[in-house]
Amino acid sequence: MAQEPGTEAQGAAVHTGHPTPFTYFKVAMVLSAITAVEVGIFYIEDLGKGIIPILVVLSAAKFALVAMFYMHLRYDSRIFTGMFVGGISLAISVTLAILGLFQFFV
Amino acid sequence: MAEATAAIHGEHEETSTGLNNRKLLMWAFLGSDCMFFASLIATYVVYQGKSLKGPFPEDVFSIPITSVSTFVLLMSSMSMVLAYAALRQGSVKSFRIWIFSTAILGMTFLGFQVFEFRDFVHEGLTLKTNLFGTTFFTLTGFHGAHVTLGVIWLLSLGFHSFKGGITPDNHLDVDLAALYWHFVDVVWIIIFTVVYLFGVFPGIN
Amino acid sequence: MTTISLPIPKRPVHPTGVWSWITTVDHKRIGILYGVTAFIMFMTGGLEAMYIRAQLARPGQDLVSPEVYNQLFTMHGTTMIFLAIMPMGAAFFNYMIPLQIGARDVAFPRLNAFSYWTFLFGALMLNLSWVLGGAPNAGWFGYAPLTSSAFNPGDGIDFWILSLQILGIASLAAAFNFVVTIINMRAPGMLLMRMPLFTWMTLITSFLLILAFPVITVALIQLMFDRQFGSNFFLPAAGASPVLWQHLFWIFGHPEVYILILPAMGIVSEIIPTFSKKPIFGYPVVVLSGLVIAFMGWMVWSHHMFTVGLGPVANSVFALTTMAIAVPTGVKIFNWIATMWRGSIDFKTAMLFAVGFIWLFIIGGLSGVMHSSAASDAQQQDTYFIVAHLHYVLFGGSIMALLAGIYYWFPKFTGRLMNETLGKINFWLVFISMNITFFPMHFTGLNGMPRRIYTYDSGMGWDLWNAVSSAGAFMLGAGILLFLYNAITSARSGEVASADPWDGRTLEWTISSPPPEYNFEQIPTVQGRDPFWAQKYEGVAMVPVAGGSGENGGHSIHLPQPSYWPFVASIGIFIGGFGVLYINAASWIGVAVAVIGALITMIAVYAWSLEPVNDPDDGAAH
Repeated sequence: MAQEPGTEAQGAAVHTGHPTPFTYFKVAMVLSAITAVEVGIFYIEDLGKGIIPILVVLSAAKFALVAMFYMHLRYDSRIFTGMFVGGISLAISVTLAILGLFQFFV
Repeated sequence: MAEATAAIHGEHEETSTGLNNRKLLMWAFLGSDCMFFASLIATYVVYQGKSLKGPFPEDVFSIPITSVSTFVLLMSSMSMVLAYAALRQGSVKSFRIWIFSTAILGMTFLGFQVFEFRDFVHEGLTLKTNLFGTTFFTLTGFHGAHVTLGVIWLLSLGFHSFKGGITPDNHLDVDLAALYWHFVDVVWIIIFTVVYLFGVFPGIN
Repeated sequence: MTTISLPIPKRPVHPTGVWSWITTVDHKRIGILYGVTAFIMFMTGGLEAMYIRAQLARPGQDLVSPEVYNQLFTMHGTTMIFLAIMPMGAAFFNYMIPLQIGARDVAFPRLNAFSYWTFLFGALMLNLSWVLGGAPNAGWFGYAPLTSSAFNPGDGIDFWILSLQILGIASLAAAFNFVVTIINMRAPGMLLMRMPLFTWMTLITSFLLILAFPVITVALIQLMFDRQFGSNFFLPAAGASPVLWQHLFWIFGHPEVYILILPAMGIVSEIIPTFSKKPIFGYPVVVLSGLVIAFMGWMVWSHHMFTVGLGPVANSVFALTTMAIAVPTGVKIFNWIATMWRGSIDFKTAMLFAVGFIWLFIIGGLSGVMHSSAASDAQQQDTYFIVAHLHYVLFGGSIMALLAGIYYWFPKFTGRLMNETLGKINFWLVFISMNITFFPMHFTGLNGMPRRIYTYDSGMGWDLWNAVSSAGAFMLGAGILLFLYNAITSARSGEVASADPWDGRTLEWTISSPPPEYNFEQIPTVQGRDPFWAQKYEGVAMVPVAGGSGENGGHSIHLPQPSYWPFVASIGIFIGGFGVLYINAASWIGVAVAVIGALITMIAVYAWSLEPVNDPDDGAAH
């Protein structure tokens, strides 16, 4: 190509490294451990409503690990991350708004 | 250096962003599918605790069993990513093993779902019984439908590889399926927490 | 792709006649298919409106029964929104976007064809309801529990649900295509902030589509499950809340109205600079206001629900956000006016319609701001005041802009100009009669006339204005027929158009009218906004991409090949949809038909993914 088509995409096609199968295995172990913790603390009844933020954080961690490593977002263009995070953010906001409108947080 | 790596990995396309069209499409689709599941999940949560009659979640859920199926699906994501890695490294045979493993783990997950649904029906919970039945079966049913389509896709890729249809050159075909598969796993992570764990935790209401 | 011996028919090679249309993947042909179909649907919706206005012209009439009247306004709304305005927008996206960004086609040509056929089958299914047991009758917004099987036992609502799902698939497929096309297939040098504004608005609209449609998909699934399978999503007796339907519907429904208006604003943003011989005033602000409108459009939905009883906090929040969204909308108006200011204005028909759009959209916007106050909306909601507002923004806005777009781009599509004299008469007839039809509705609305009533008593103070509205409506119908006459006769024997009849600014005017199959002989390199204008008047030549295809007069350009599978996949969806529709009534037969339809679609998709590419030389432009 005489003219670089991706003139505005300096950071777009960056490829900063590649995880090894061992990395993937480690991620899988972390995911399993987090799941075990979730199930474990589930039996601690004294937490009451406090379990909600704990489980939210743990699930978000699992979500992020799968997205960043298995779905390769950490190593891929930020455009992909933008599209996915955009969709998720809107989804979370709308869900919270609906819950608010149904007096979920009252 | 980045250019060379990218060229080896075949990721520098002749597009305005340098990204592949089909990959961009898949990510746009996944963003869109987030809104689909968000609507189903929001409906579930809005109606949580509002059923006028049972069975209720604590009557039917078995956290230990569902934890196992959750673990199975998480492992299927690992085998999926290993399938892709094997293909990138040139080993179609390893790819085949891992992708069929993924499909089998996916089918195992579906098997758990089917048994769970049948159990619930036996205990008197159907789509029609109450708000819990309606929202639960719809949400998990559509997730299961996504998993089923994923399994079909993975099996097709696996069988295609027998005819020489999958090579390191068209790794993108596998990458797209992998992204879809991981997304389906990630949605389950949310459903497991919101529906099962929140649904049954005694201290929550 | 290595050779695979599967019994898949080859792609068609140089099909002719009807087959060439059925298998086409050329964005220009698909655009024409969309445009013609959408216009036919527009006239169908218009006919439904004529019946409504005939019935309401005088008090106490019974030209149509209340039951049929309910079907008429439901079908009128659903048709105009989903079968007329959106597909007409899609017609322009299809034809113009590749031309504006300097591409040879969209990113996924077969998916593009699939979108069109799926839209056609969705439109067909919805209209078949008229003769298969009755059209849907619960309004275009289908509120539960009126749409439940208890209150609405016929098949009409099921037709509504399934058609909208099918149309949703079509819209989603198209939107995904345009997101990828616009992001990834621009000519070299065409940065995002150098794109034509119509392309920008299309990009924004496409993002709105892919995020909003899944929500109504879920709402419709839930309603269908209630009706077909006895679930409890909207059943008050089970503790459910019908208000949930409203929330899900309007979370889709409000972004939907921006989906309806942003392309129109994009068209106007092209026409005004061209006929003012000035660049758009404040290009970055116009882009930003489009983005802000799209973003804030997600935060206002409950302004459709001010009278539902959401409580003072919810009502206040949504009133504030709704007032706020008027700001970016208003900003664009100032940009357009500033563009015209001190410009060398040429009032061709397209420009008349565009300026008419500004005027009418302002009126619609003003009544919109009046609704934004929850307190005053309590009086306006469900009255003709809202009907006035929505028709000013949708007819005075979207339709006027779409008509402007047709007058503007007609020479590019057909190689002939539309008749200017007829065009001017057309404009004034439409503009004046539109106001005669819809302005009085402000009065009847504020005088208490509710929506969706099939008749009214004399002496309510509504007689005069209803008669005026109805007279206006028939004049408007004549105006549209005049438009159709102009379009048809001009296409046959209008003045032949050059490549650049309007002294245009953007890339589509650099190629012949109509364009060759491959669009650009050589893809140009762009160095700023309005690149054609810069080349003509500022000495900024658009250097073609070196080594790019097309040197042999287009003979070495490889174009996407026609394909059967998009059409077959759409047929499968259509058949499957009918199966699902009749599950409740015909259980196993319905399921069987649904499964057959799904199988046809799955086979088509499988074949599509494995479709062999024909010999590249076969596809060279000839």
